[in-house]
Amino acid sequence: MTLPDGIANRVAMEFPSKAENVAFARTAVAVFASQLDFTLEELDEIKVAVSEAVSNAVIHAYGDAVGTVRVEAVITAEGELVVWVRDDGRGIEDVGTARQAQWTSRPEERMGLGFTFMEEYMDGVEVDSAPGAGTRVTLRKAPARARVAG
Amino acid sequence: MEARRVGESLIVRLKGELDLNTAEAFKAFVREELAASRRVRHLILDLRAVPFIDSSGVGAILGRYREIKEERAGRLIAWGPRQPVRRVLALSGLVRVMDVVDTQQEALALLKEGNRNP
Repeated sequence: MTLPDGIANRVAMEFPSKAENVAFARTAVAVFASQLDFTLEELDEIKVAVSEAVSNAVIHAYGDAVGTVRVEAVITAEGELVVWVRDDGRGIEDVGTARQAQWTSRPEERMGLGFTFMEEYMDGVEVDSAPGAGTRVTLRKAPARARVAG
Repeated sequence: MEARRVGESLIVRLKGELDLNTAEAFKAFVREELAASRRVRHLILDLRAVPFIDSSGVGAILGRYREIKEERAGRLIAWGPRQPVRRVLALSGLVRVMDVVDTQQEALALLKEGNRNP
């Protein structure tokens, strides 16, 4: 298996959109991320962010049906962790609104806080989505220690 | 999960991660325990053995807060959350509606005083 240019390492997993798989996904990504010089606190942050992205896919993507969630994580040559969480579900009509705190399409369950945590805990969060075309969330984070060291 | 009653308080001891997968069991457990005692007004969540929480867990706690506040005019107290959990609770704004304490005595004393967070 050859890695694309600029990618030092890569893992990928896919699983049915079941709540039981959220813990596995966040733990697996955190263990993979520990190849970089993240602090324990940063690894906890990564766990929360991945948990939110995967939970969003499990809750929103397929309604009451079960679909596939794909999680891919890479370590770039520059020492950054990039995580993609993808689904082939119904997609998000208005990404801007979906990302606002306190908004949720299922009130009272999670307070629409998922994106708040992702944004607070990661260096970058991108959402690509369109109705009927699924959703892809990209999460980026580099160890703060590495950044200080330049 | 375990629960015991001390005066007007229900103390619920959680064990393990509180996320999308475990939030439902937590909700059901607390609801059942509350239903079993009309005397209970306050909810003290012993979070010492909870290593992880995300927004699903926060939502589940918020839901219980609303129940005890609206139905029993009670209060919610978080006992002993670990640092990562404490950060998530702070970031979520949940700390605005509940007190966070380090010991059970502190929790019970706070309820006796009847002040601090509304």
